[in-house]
Amino acid sequence: MSDVATTTSVPPADPAEVDKGKDETRRVRRPVNGKFIIGATMLSLIVLFAIFGPIIAEFDPRNSNNPVLVPPDSTHWLGTTSLGYDMFSQMATGARTSLMVGIVAGLIAVTLSILFGVIAGYVGGLTDEILTLVIGVMLVIPGLPLTIVISSLVPGRSGLLVAVILGITGWAGAAVVLRSQAQSLRNRDYVSASRIAGEKPLRVIGVEILPNLLPLLTGQFLFGVIFAILGEAGLSYLGLGPTGSISWGTILNEAQAGGALTRGAWWWFVPPGIAVALVGCSLALINFAIDEVINPKLRSAPLEARRVRKAKAAARAQKRADRAAKRQEAKA
Amino acid sequence: MTDTPQSDSTQDKKSGTLEFRNVVKEYRVRGAHKTLRAVNDVSFTLEPGKTIALVGESGSGKSTIAKTILQLERPTSGEVLIDGRAVPKRGPALKRYRKDVQMVFQDPFASLNPFHTIAHHLERPLRIHKAVEPGQTVDERVIELLERVNLEPAKDIAKRRPHELSGGQRQRVAIARALAPGSRFLIADEPVSMLDVSIRLGVLNLLARLQREENLGVLYITHDLATARHFSDEIMVMYRGDVVERGPSDEVILNPQHEYTKTLLQAAPDPDRLGQMRDEVRASLTDSGT
Repeated sequence: MSDVATTTSVPPADPAEVDKGKDETRRVRRPVNGKFIIGATMLSLIVLFAIFGPIIAEFDPRNSNNPVLVPPDSTHWLGTTSLGYDMFSQMATGARTSLMVGIVAGLIAVTLSILFGVIAGYVGGLTDEILTLVIGVMLVIPGLPLTIVISSLVPGRSGLLVAVILGITGWAGAAVVLRSQAQSLRNRDYVSASRIAGEKPLRVIGVEILPNLLPLLTGQFLFGVIFAILGEAGLSYLGLGPTGSISWGTILNEAQAGGALTRGAWWWFVPPGIAVALVGCSLALINFAIDEVINPKLRSAPLEARRVRKAKAAARAQKRADRAAKRQEAKA
Repeated sequence: MTDTPQSDSTQDKKSGTLEFRNVVKEYRVRGAHKTLRAVNDVSFTLEPGKTIALVGESGSGKSTIAKTILQLERPTSGEVLIDGRAVPKRGPALKRYRKDVQMVFQDPFASLNPFHTIAHHLERPLRIHKAVEPGQTVDERVIELLERVNLEPAKDIAKRRPHELSGGQRQRVAIARALAPGSRFLIADEPVSMLDVSIRLGVLNLLARLQREENLGVLYITHDLATARHFSDEIMVMYRGDVVERGPSDEVILNPQHEYTKTLLQAAPDPDRLGQMRDEVRASLTDSGT
């Protein structure tokens, strides 16, 4: 009875992909997502700028021996501030701080949400009750005010400290999602099977459950990074950001304090604002692309909408043609 | 600690029992102050080379028995004994018990982790229980296991992920995984009910062959009396947590004593009664129509 060996993989959604599915690699190739390409391109440009910007910048970002409030020209590519700092150098150094804060805070948030959410969901019982209580408390505490309170209490904040503060205030929402997902995964047969095989609980979580949460975790990490970069910019703008280091937020704060808007020095506040917006936008686009891969319903929704639009347009054209034909007849 | 020397396991294949003694399992019903008795004072003994079929409708407590044997649930009272000793609750002793008792799940689509390769699924039990003969690598043993359950070409299959296999193939992988630690007892929880009818017999024959070769004690949980009769030595019929009838397979099938067993037998498709139900329905339709 070995004739059952005829394999059938999961049927591909699109009939056009059936032929491709039969190739040697046996993998259904998905068309690359447009949102992902745009988001990834934008993000990699910003990351490249953060890496190489400070190297190619001619001026020290903290050197004020420059002419004051010069509009962008060939020497000062993005102009200078009212204190004579070179904007390009400031932007480049600020990019490093802002991205560092975002990534560190994102990592902290994801780690905490795994610790609380997945363990609460998998272990259950009293552990679940206690961890859920902690998650609930963190969830209802409004994030930004708490961040403001903490950062105003701590003197001499470094960029890293701000990142830690943003990380430990921004994980609760993700933990709730992870908890319910872990609860559902815990009861899957393959988790029972690995327990029956004799796996230890930590390994069950790490090797059997976490990989299946990976798409979810990626999305949460990206949102964590967006939240932290925006949060850092907001804090810095309020004067509660990292002291003594340059970030996009501190540049905006100085621009505000230096009256950039009233003096018409657009080159002072537009670049950091756009940079923050671009990072947020690119990460959100990547996140949407990941969402579409995880959730096939989202992927087919625009296609369906287009199909409906086309059908309606066709119906309208048909009606118009009919009416024209009738008019012709009436004339004749 | 009651230590069994490692060398025993090979000789022990011929002896040893898995005993289920007066087990009661109650669940608390959420929102109501009462308990649901899923398993009511059930006892049986699984012996090497013997198959017991556990037959009953959904919710009759079959799967609870499987979970209790595998220590995924603790019995409310009563105990599970292996070789006459109570099953250890935790630690290395429980690990040794897991080496002896393994399970094949009902749904082959849910029992394999979609993230891992077939090789991973077979490697883990081998590594956890150090179940590889000296002079053999884990990879070689994985290939050997796949070949034993008729999955060819084994090298190719080992590299694949579960979604690239059919239901029957997955169930064979699940069987190979259950055999990997060198188990003596196998709990098969409706191993073919999710498979296409055309491949059920193949998987059942495979199970029967492996049982003969390994002298396994098998608890075959099913709601299909026909396969239970052909596959097992003894049949236990469960109804709402109670064992209502038990005995040698042919005896239970040919001479049912309990009402519920009779109902079950009548519900099974019978070639002699082909078309009988259709005629009954038509007759009642014409009666009510006129």
